[in-house]
Amino acid sequence: MMDWLGPEEWQAVALSLRVAIVATVASLPLGIAVAWVLARKRFPGHALLNGLVHLPLVLPPVVTGYLLLIAFGPQAPLGAALEAMRLGVAFRWTGAALAAAIMAFPLMVRAIRLSLEAVDPGLEEAAASLGASRLRVFGTITLPLMAPGILTGAVLAFAKAMGEFGATITFVSNIPGQTRTVPSAIYAFLQMPGGEASAWRLVIVSIVIAMGALLASELLARRVLARIGGRDA
Amino acid sequence: MLEVDVRHDFPGFQLAAQFEAPGGVTALFGRSGAGKTSIVRAVAGLLEADRACVRIGETVLEDTEARKRLSIPARRIGYVFQEPRLFPHMSVRANLTYSKATDQIDQVVEMLGIGDLLERRPAGLSGGEAQRVAIGRALLSNPRLLLLDEPLAALDDARKAEILPYLERLRDEADVPILYVSHSVSEIARLATTVVALKAGQVVRVGPAAEVLSDPDVAPVIGIRDAGALLSARVVRHHDDGLSELVCSGGTLWLPAVGATVGTDVRVRVEAQDVMLAQTRPAGISALNILPATVLAIREGEGPGVMVQLAAGQDRLLARVTRRSANAMGLADGWSGFAVVKSVAVASGNVSGAV
Repeated sequence: MMDWLGPEEWQAVALSLRVAIVATVASLPLGIAVAWVLARKRFPGHALLNGLVHLPLVLPPVVTGYLLLIAFGPQAPLGAALEAMRLGVAFRWTGAALAAAIMAFPLMVRAIRLSLEAVDPGLEEAAASLGASRLRVFGTITLPLMAPGILTGAVLAFAKAMGEFGATITFVSNIPGQTRTVPSAIYAFLQMPGGEASAWRLVIVSIVIAMGALLASELLARRVLARIGGRDA
Repeated sequence: MLEVDVRHDFPGFQLAAQFEAPGGVTALFGRSGAGKTSIVRAVAGLLEADRACVRIGETVLEDTEARKRLSIPARRIGYVFQEPRLFPHMSVRANLTYSKATDQIDQVVEMLGIGDLLERRPAGLSGGEAQRVAIGRALLSNPRLLLLDEPLAALDDARKAEILPYLERLRDEADVPILYVSHSVSEIARLATTVVALKAGQVVRVGPAAEVLSDPDVAPVIGIRDAGALLSARVVRHHDDGLSELVCSGGTLWLPAVGATVGTDVRVRVEAQDVMLAQTRPAGISALNILPATVLAIREGEGPGVMVQLAAGQDRLLARVTRRSANAMGLADGWSGFAVVKSVAVASGNVSGAV
């Protein structure tokens, strides 16, 4: 694969994988927490939080990217503070990961929330009555039973992060090796005379990775479902 | 000793129930909507009542006056719900040991007859098996009190009959007080030490099972067709013709083959509608059980019938007769005569081990 892909193309694939994996893994705990709050808690501002989470799904991605740039750009107070701590994200791959995570977040939360709402609170009551602390109830009952939704949410988020283009290119630009992910690279190759071959190879890679992720999640989901819904093995 | 005092305002329904019970099986009895489950949920801590005071022996689980409220896990209440609520992603064994209160599961497994199920998953169990596992799981959490909220309601009659003996063993062998919710008077007649009769969120009557069930004032709560008294009796002999001879304080009872050995004390539920009254000892009658009885109280219902409470020896009987007969026979407090019960009217399900 190293030979078949040119160094520039390979660079874009490796970067995209890194961005998507980091975005997915890093946002998963927050995704579970937000899904739990939205599914189980009623409070003033519930609708607002729900709207905020889903906003990136309905806003033009360029708008999200621009807002990120305003918040995290080197001139913004937050961005400057992060730069000072050497944690700046603007025009870096970490910025691409942040943009991808935010764009993928609604899909992740939605899938996790649906699975959480399917968990019978009666089982959690039963566990508490058996002496389990809230933490133990969550870890031993709630979390395992919502595992299929977490898995689905993670795969959706990963796929979305792999394909994220508009917010990324607006926020962190299209710098080879830093922020040129596969979609940005395809876009760049298509702007270049004679770049179609490279673009095609990246299109094929995209399809293979997407199919691979779907198949892997399907297999995993089946195993998880067999384990939790399980009749006798 | 169990003390419960729960007050809570629901939309359109007020719960204000207070009772004390000595231990053993305390049955909360009433129609659906009487507030049984709300009381049990408040005891478990699952319902935060407006006012609640719950004590088990010396332990205060909740006292809203004193601003004391133990968390659900800290209460150590074994709760068996209407549905088994087994954890679907764990084996039966992992369900049983979930509380980690003890790993000595052998005795409980033996008592409930679930030894063959340990490695199976809940989804593969029948309703009766799953409910037995749920009872075992609650028992293995080393509870101060066991709450059984209509544990048989979701089961068909065959499964109920399968579980009832295990519940009797639980009452007799496990040294844990039990709060048992039911709307089935036959279950309560078999299991309860104390009965708390509830109506529309209020306690109508509390007391020993035989007293409460033979109270004509409680009959409307039970439903006049289901009302019936409990007699204490001892099995004397099983006869060759399929009848068992028992003695109670009021005389001899002949019942269809009782499933208890000679010498055993049993409680017999006699439904009010199966009891006839006679002024003189009837002769030439097919009914075999004729007990001298004295009227203690008469309660007129809304329909054509009256509910008559009788003393037969030390025991109480309830008889449901028409108002016309009551007038014709001059039934009144202190009236003496005979109570007549057909043997076949007392089904084997109405005879159970003494409490």
